Amino acid sequence: MNETVPAAKILRSAERAEAPAIAIAGLSKTYKTGFEALKSVDLTIRSGEIFALLGPNGAGKTTLINIVCGLVNASAGTVQVDGYDIIRDFRAARSRIGLVPQELVIDGFETVWATVSFSRGLFGKRRDDALVERVLKELSLWDKKDSKVNTLSGGMKRRVMIAKALAHEPQVLFLDEPTAGVDVELRRDMWAMVRRMRDRGVTIILTTHYIEEAEEMADRVGVIRKGEIILVEDKTALMKNLGKNRLSVELVTPIDAVPEALAAHGLEIADGGRRLVYVYDTAAERTGITTLLSDIGKAGLRFRDIETSQSTLEDIFVGLVRDPQ
Amino acid sequence: MNVHAVAAIYRFEMARTFRTILQSVVSPVVSTSLYFIVFGAAIGSQIQTINGVDYGAFIVPGLLMMSLLTLSISNASFGIYFPKFVGTIYEVLSAPVSHFEIVAAYVGAAATKSIMIGLVILATASLFVPLQVQHPFVMILFLVLTAVTFSLFGFIIGIWADGFEKLQIIPLLVVTPLAFLGGAFYSIDMLPPFWQAVSLFNPVVYLVSGFRWSFVGHADVGVEVSLAMTAAFLAICMVIVSWIFRTGYRLKN
Repeated sequence: MNETVPAAKILRSAERAEAPAIAIAGLSKTYKTGFEALKSVDLTIRSGEIFALLGPNGAGKTTLINIVCGLVNASAGTVQVDGYDIIRDFRAARSRIGLVPQELVIDGFETVWATVSFSRGLFGKRRDDALVERVLKELSLWDKKDSKVNTLSGGMKRRVMIAKALAHEPQVLFLDEPTAGVDVELRRDMWAMVRRMRDRGVTIILTTHYIEEAEEMADRVGVIRKGEIILVEDKTALMKNLGKNRLSVELVTPIDAVPEALAAHGLEIADGGRRLVYVYDTAAERTGITTLLSDIGKAGLRFRDIETSQSTLEDIFVGLVRDPQ
Repeated sequence: MNVHAVAAIYRFEMARTFRTILQSVVSPVVSTSLYFIVFGAAIGSQIQTINGVDYGAFIVPGLLMMSLLTLSISNASFGIYFPKFVGTIYEVLSAPVSHFEIVAAYVGAAATKSIMIGLVILATASLFVPLQVQHPFVMILFLVLTAVTFSLFGFIIGIWADGFEKLQIIPLLVVTPLAFLGGAFYSIDMLPPFWQAVSLFNPVVYLVSGFRWSFVGHADVGVEVSLAMTAAFLAICMVIVSWIFRTGYRLKN
């Protein structure tokens, strides 16, 4: 008996060491109104990655985050953080999580130093002035440490909220629309901060409406639509697999309709007949560009310029959300 | 036990009190002192003794208990309602803190504030009226038990309230009338038998009576009954708070 208990403990420790940062299984949430916010969601987020969770308004992103953080009760399913169940082992699970919520909610009557120190204590950590100082300096808040929060600008308040979430050195950081309504400079600063956190081994889960943000930072992307995860993929692979290229041919003489000889290429007319647009698959073996250009010449059309552009993550996202297929 | 979290919430709440010391401490002390001056020193000198006790000294326990009740309720209800109102409650609910620890921190801070102010009021009262405390340990026991019980009650109100009006409605429309009719200014022995019987349904009667016994050694109802009734109300509040956290009522979706 004495030998099996430590062995079981060691096994659990080893399992937890290999556990993903977040493991969600069969997670559902139906509100009292009957609204089904999440429908049996399964999702695994790897340790140390930046995961962007994308979805239109009301898709279930915030509900998902709030369940993981303990703010909303799930109707069904399980969630584990670093192998710890959020209900059974709530202390271990929650102590690993930092949350920056979407809304700017902060006690304005406290000083920056006091509110950040409060957050550290709340998460069960001993007072550590050096750490709080480092966090404030990293977020360019050090010179505001004695200022009351309600005297700060919106951008600064957002930084304070991030500082509060980082004060207890979380291993998993949830950023729910962190850059909503902030200026470009602060957004860039936040991106740099997120990368630094990732370099330290922190797992970051990001929801954003700015697809550019996900494209810039995420290692993997998940798309949620009407409470269902419809796609989880490595960002680079996603852009390669679902991305399309556009070839735009600028004509010397505008045309009214696509000539019959070019009908097979599926061209579109743009810019008042001055451009022919051809969309092709980047992953396809043959793009058809050579044949197209040859056929344009044979059709008697002369062109003065050719441009290509790659579809962005936003294009892919819009396509996915519009049509789950 | 997440000691650091309990300490963080407790310190935060106490800091809020000292930040608003005029409103939190000075104001209740001044208003209660006015009662002592008007009813105790001025009018009281014209009123005959009650059960051998000067009227001024007679009303001190009742007034102190009235202040303790209202302060405990308002401190605790505002303490939990404010983070709900501004949204900062998310941080407490997402922290590795048990329900017991959350309640202990908020209720502990609210009760501490009430007891502190209660003792200041007691010291102030001794300047205006002749005061004696015959059973100091029982007095402290009632002070602590009442502060904790009604802070817990205030905590429930703070969670139940979804607006500032609701936050005030029970303290103003229920607690204040019960406190005034709870024997703070008179002995229920002075009432006709019917109203004496009705008064026994008022929980404040037991608090005032027991508390007064610790001062003057005379009570409207037995001190054991007073203690039992206070403990029963505490138990009811604990059951309700436990249900609130189990179901997430007004805290979680």
